[in-house]
Amino acid sequence: MAEQQTPGTSSRVTYDYVTRTIARTLGGPSRGYFVLLGAAVALLLVGIITLLYLLRYGLGLAGYSHPVYWAVFITCFVFWVGIAHSGTLISAILFLFRSGWRTAVYRTAEAMTVFAVMTAGLFPLIHIGRQWYFYWLIPYPNERGLWPNFKSPLIWDEFAIGTYFTVSTVFLIMGLIPDVAAVRDLATGWRKKLYTITSLGWTGTNEQWRHYSKGYLYLAALATPLVLSVHSVVSWDFAMAIVPGWHATIFAPYFVAGAIYSGCAMVITLLTPIRKLFGLEELITVHHYENLAKLCLLTGSIVGYAYVCEYFIAWFSGNPHERAAFWYRAFGPYWWATWTMIICNAFLPLLLWVKKIRTNITALFVISIFVNIGMWFERYVIIVVSLAGEPYEPWANAVYNPTWADWGIMAGSFGWFFMWFLLFVKNFPAVSISEVKEVLAPPKRGQVRSR
Amino acid sequence: MSRAIRLPLPKSMRELFDAPPTPGVLGVFSHLDAILDAIKKLRAAGHTDFTVYSPIPRHEIEDALGQPVSPVRMFTLIGGIAGCSIGAWLSLWMSGDWPLVVGGKPILSIPPYVVIMFEMTILFGALTTILGILLNSLFAARRLGTIQYDPRFTNDKFGIFVPAGSDKAAGVETLLRGAGADEVRRG
Repeated sequence: MAEQQTPGTSSRVTYDYVTRTIARTLGGPSRGYFVLLGAAVALLLVGIITLLYLLRYGLGLAGYSHPVYWAVFITCFVFWVGIAHSGTLISAILFLFRSGWRTAVYRTAEAMTVFAVMTAGLFPLIHIGRQWYFYWLIPYPNERGLWPNFKSPLIWDEFAIGTYFTVSTVFLIMGLIPDVAAVRDLATGWRKKLYTITSLGWTGTNEQWRHYSKGYLYLAALATPLVLSVHSVVSWDFAMAIVPGWHATIFAPYFVAGAIYSGCAMVITLLTPIRKLFGLEELITVHHYENLAKLCLLTGSIVGYAYVCEYFIAWFSGNPHERAAFWYRAFGPYWWATWTMIICNAFLPLLLWVKKIRTNITALFVISIFVNIGMWFERYVIIVVSLAGEPYEPWANAVYNPTWADWGIMAGSFGWFFMWFLLFVKNFPAVSISEVKEVLAPPKRGQVRSR
Repeated sequence: MSRAIRLPLPKSMRELFDAPPTPGVLGVFSHLDAILDAIKKLRAAGHTDFTVYSPIPRHEIEDALGQPVSPVRMFTLIGGIAGCSIGAWLSLWMSGDWPLVVGGKPILSIPPYVVIMFEMTILFGALTTILGILLNSLFAARRLGTIQYDPRFTNDKFGIFVPAGSDKAAGVETLLRGAGADEVRRG
C-alpha cells in the first residue's frame, strides 16, 4: 500500500485537493454508513426502552445492593468523560505546542469530545433516580431559600462538566466556521442554505482571520487547564471520600492520564472506519496513527505506573484497611475485572514500543478496542470493587452484579454517542479544511504545484 | 386575504447585516508571494483600507499588513476576571445565605471554592472570547461595507479588494496586475 508518511508529500495534496476531498465526505451516504447509523439507533432504542422501565419501576431494576450504590452508571459516566479528554488534548494542548500532525485528526477528536460529554452528562441524571428533579443540582433561587453545598465535590463536578461541555462545544463550532464556509462555496441546494447560515458570513478576510486566530489561541489556552481540571475534579468525587481505594492523592493525575489514554484509543477506534468509509487515506496517514499510538504509549505508561504506585502505597502505608482493599481487588471475587484492566491497560500497550505494530493500522485498531475495554474496567474496579469490599464495615460487604438494566443503559449510551457522531461526520467537515492546508507548503510563483 | 407585514429593521441594524456596497477593485491571486508583493505595493502607494482574502491564516500576510494586535484579548481578560469574581460571589454568598454546618468546619472556606472560581473563570473567559471575535468581525464588516467576494477564496485562491472610486480604479487595476494577479475585476 502506497502510504505516504507526512501530509503534503504527495504531489496530489494541494489546497484544492484538500477542499474537494473533505467536501466529498459530505455527499450522499453509502450503504455502509446507513448500516452503522442503523446499528447506533438500534442500540439507542435499547437504552430508551431500559430508561422507560427505570422511570416506571425505579432504580431497583439496576443491580444496586448495599453498600454498592455507585455502580455501572457512574462507571459509564467516568468512562465517557474520560473519552472526551483526548479530544481537547489534541485540539487545544497540541495546538499550543504547534504540532502539525494534529490538524488531520483534531476535528474528529473534538467532535468526539462534545458527544462524549453529552453522553457522560446523561449518567448522573439517570443515576439520581428521580430524573425529573435533575435541576436541583443547579444553584437557582427557590422557594426554600436553599443553596447547594459548595464544599461537595459533586457540585464542583457539575460546574466542571457544565463548563467543559460549553467550552468544548464553542471550541468545536469556532473551528468549524472557516471550514463550513469552504464547503458552502462548493455546495448546492439545502446544504448551501445550511452552510450559509452556520458559516456566519465567513469570507476569510484579514480582519476576520486577525480576530479569529487570536481568539482561537486564547480559547486553546483556556481549554488547556480546563481539560486537566475536569478529570481531576471527577477524580475528587472519589478521592475526597474516605473509602479505601478511593482516598488517594494520586487520583487527579492518575485519572487525567487514564482519560487521555482512553480518549486517544477511542480516536483511533473512530478514525479507522471513517478513513475507510470516506476515502481519507491521503489526508489521515500512518504518520498520524503513529503519533496517536505514541500518545497512547506515553499515557498508558503513566497509567501503568499509577497502578504500581497504588498497590505499593497500599502496602507501604501499613494501613490494614488499605491493604485489605487492594488484596480484595486483585484476589477477591472481582479478580477477573482487575486483571482485565491491568492486562489491557498496562501490558497490552507495551506492544506499541514496536514500530511495526505502531504503524500497522489494523493492529492499532484492535489494541485501541482492548484499551477501551480495559479503561471501562478500570473505572468499574475503582468504583464498584472499592465499595463492595469495604473491609471496615464487615457487616456491609456485598457482591454487586450488574443487571440487564445496567447493560441496557450502557448499550444505549454507545448508541447515543455513535448516532451523534455519525450524523456529525456526514453533515459537517470531519477533517479541518483550513488547518490541513496550513501544514502544506503555500503555493508560490515559479512552482508547478503547491510543494 | 392576508397581508404580509414587514417590520423594518432599525437603520443601524440594517447596515450591520446588509451594509451598502462599496465600489472598488478585486484582484484574484494564486500565489502567496504574489499577494505579499501586491500588499507591499498597495501600502507604498498609500492604500490603507484594503481587504485581503485568504483560505488560511498566514503570518506573512499579517506581517505585510502590519495590523495592530486584535483587541479580542481584552475580552478574554475581562471575561476571565469577571468569571472568577462571579465564582467567588456565588460560592461565598450562597454559603453565607444558607449556612450548611458540616462536621464543625467553617462555613466560608476558600479552598473548595477555588474550584468553582476556576471553572467560572474558564467559562466566562471562553464565552467572552467568542463574543470578542464576533463583535470585532462584525464591526470590521460594518466599516468595510459589502465588498466583492469570490467563492474560490475559501478554497485555493488569495484575493485583495481595494475600495476605489472610478477615478482611482484604473491605477489600482494596473498595480494589481503588475503584482501578478490572475484576474482583476471592477465593481
